[in-house]
Amino acid sequence: MQYDDPKFWRAGAISTTVVMAIALGMLTVDSLEAITPGGSHVPPYSVINRHIGYAYNGRLGRDMPVIGADEPLFGKPVTETEAAAFMERGKLVIQSRSCINCHTFMGNGAYYAPDLTKAWLDPAWDTWMAITGADTKEEAMVRFLMAPEQYATWLRKMPNLGISRDEAVATVAYLKWLSSIDTNGFPIHFGRPQTSR
Amino acid sequence: MSRSKNLAVKYLVAAILFFGVMTLSGLMSAAYYIQPDFLFGLIPFSIAKMLHIDTMIIWLLMGFMGAVYWFLPDEFEIEPAGIWAAEILFWVFVSAVLVVAATFVLVQWGPSTETTLWLVQQGRKYVEAPRWAAIGVALVMLVFAWNVVGTALRARRITGIMAVMSVNMVPLVLLYLIAFPKIDNMAVDLYWWWWLVHLWVEATWEILIGCIMALAVMKLLGTSRKIVEGWLYVEVSMVLGTGILGLGHHYFWIGTPDYWLGIGGFFSALEPLPLLGMVVHAVYDAGVHRMKTTNRPAFYWTLAEAFGNFLGGGVFGFMITLPQLNLFAHGTQWTVSHGHFAFWGAYACGVLSVCYIAMQEQRRLAVVNGRGWVWAFVLLNGGLIGMVGSLLVAGMAQTFFERAIGGSTLEAFIAGQENPWFVLGMYSRMFFGLIFTAGYLTLAWNLLALGHREAAAVAQPAPAE
Repeated sequence: MQYDDPKFWRAGAISTTVVMAIALGMLTVDSLEAITPGGSHVPPYSVINRHIGYAYNGRLGRDMPVIGADEPLFGKPVTETEAAAFMERGKLVIQSRSCINCHTFMGNGAYYAPDLTKAWLDPAWDTWMAITGADTKEEAMVRFLMAPEQYATWLRKMPNLGISRDEAVATVAYLKWLSSIDTNGFPIHFGRPQTSR
Repeated sequence: MSRSKNLAVKYLVAAILFFGVMTLSGLMSAAYYIQPDFLFGLIPFSIAKMLHIDTMIIWLLMGFMGAVYWFLPDEFEIEPAGIWAAEILFWVFVSAVLVVAATFVLVQWGPSTETTLWLVQQGRKYVEAPRWAAIGVALVMLVFAWNVVGTALRARRITGIMAVMSVNMVPLVLLYLIAFPKIDNMAVDLYWWWWLVHLWVEATWEILIGCIMALAVMKLLGTSRKIVEGWLYVEVSMVLGTGILGLGHHYFWIGTPDYWLGIGGFFSALEPLPLLGMVVHAVYDAGVHRMKTTNRPAFYWTLAEAFGNFLGGGVFGFMITLPQLNLFAHGTQWTVSHGHFAFWGAYACGVLSVCYIAMQEQRRLAVVNGRGWVWAFVLLNGGLIGMVGSLLVAGMAQTFFERAIGGSTLEAFIAGQENPWFVLGMYSRMFFGLIFTAGYLTLAWNLLALGHREAAAVAQPAPAE
């Protein structure tokens, strides 16, 4: 049985798809280069040895991470290999505990708990150092992750996910590296409220 | 009935059952926002939410497969190639989904090892299923592709619709492979993950449902194949012409270069065009046929599909797609509002339409009508639109108070969630969620009772053209 296909539209469908797929392929090659650790938008994993800030860049007209002086995590500098091991473990913690199904990363995930893209930079950790009795921000984060039900943030509590100390340390390292990624200004003016409430 | 149609009915029944699980877990997810201690220590929010979105993917996928197995023998006039494998894999598929759901509820999480990713869950949104189950889904997809392409080869002929569907099977299977790797760098991980999520949902699924609706319209209204296929090619051109680079709206904030702001913004702003085309087509066809059909529920669900896809996917998507606004609205309940409306309009309504088409032929009903389907239609669509509106109010409050004013910290997040407009939105969402649930129960009852309770003349199925 033969059907009279509208060949003009069929040719249009094929050519449009091919052109767009080629364009996506080319953009993908360039984008992957930019987001490889050490690329133009993603610092190497060893950036966890440095101070990380977030400030408005007047030239670009958006917020940008600012990589500062040495400030090793837990006061102990790590090599690139050791930092990569932290990232591997930290990402496994994030996936095995399904963090993305309550939180968001770079705005992706669930919306029941705060976005974690710049969690390392959250001014709230200063308060949490006092609450957890920790001397440093990273130690406060570790103590919170290991027993979140003891430190209820608010009406919504994070459940205890059986995170060990090693896992918590790797997760904190991961969050510090994550905060150093240039996310084109997202989230906007993080940590700088525009008016008092 | 042919083996393919018997299998189709099984898939459609399973789809409706998992639609129920999705609805129940959706109600649970909504409850946590109102009562944070709900099931605390037993089932965390993350598990209810995983069940909600994963069963949504599963029931829609099963609905698509049911629709394709239903129409395949009509298109080729032979049994699909490898139907025996598809029959076995149906039970494998259903069993795997049940085991995964039980694992989510009972095991929930595991230590930070690859074993957890293989056996418990992968912790990646939409594709949380552990790898063993993901292999099963990939196998099901492969056999599904073989059923479609192999049947065309065996029949030694092909229609335009089936040609589009066959070619579409290639990305459908290949993109699913992105469900497997564990990538340490979250920017790269999200880059590929969006290929799976966006290019499945906003490209291959759109094409698949386009083919299914083309077949449904021919069946329901007797529209000529030439017109339907012409429209389908236009749809493909526009969906892929805008949707492939429309992928860029997911690359605004994941670390990728800022040229994506322009590319993603431009192409995704055009994405509503094919959906508008669908509405024009639906209204035109309905007018030409003066709304006359022997299957009113299927016809109305087809219309709901066209309008819902345009409004939910197109208009609500456009609202937050430009980077200048997305910077504030991204990752808020505003996104959830769009997501609910888009999945409902783009896919769920289409699957429900096919359910009624299949039931009419399976039960040999001359006419399908009555009051039951009207109640289901009104309650489901009313409940859904109510939820979408509630989430929109909550999302706008969150966008303003958490993002625009608050600066997105923990303190700002809490301020946004405690804002009275946000709280009102959450209560309102729960109320409309209950209405939606009543609609689901009415739908399930109506599909079950169709032809049994209502007087219906036994007749031969309506001709395809």
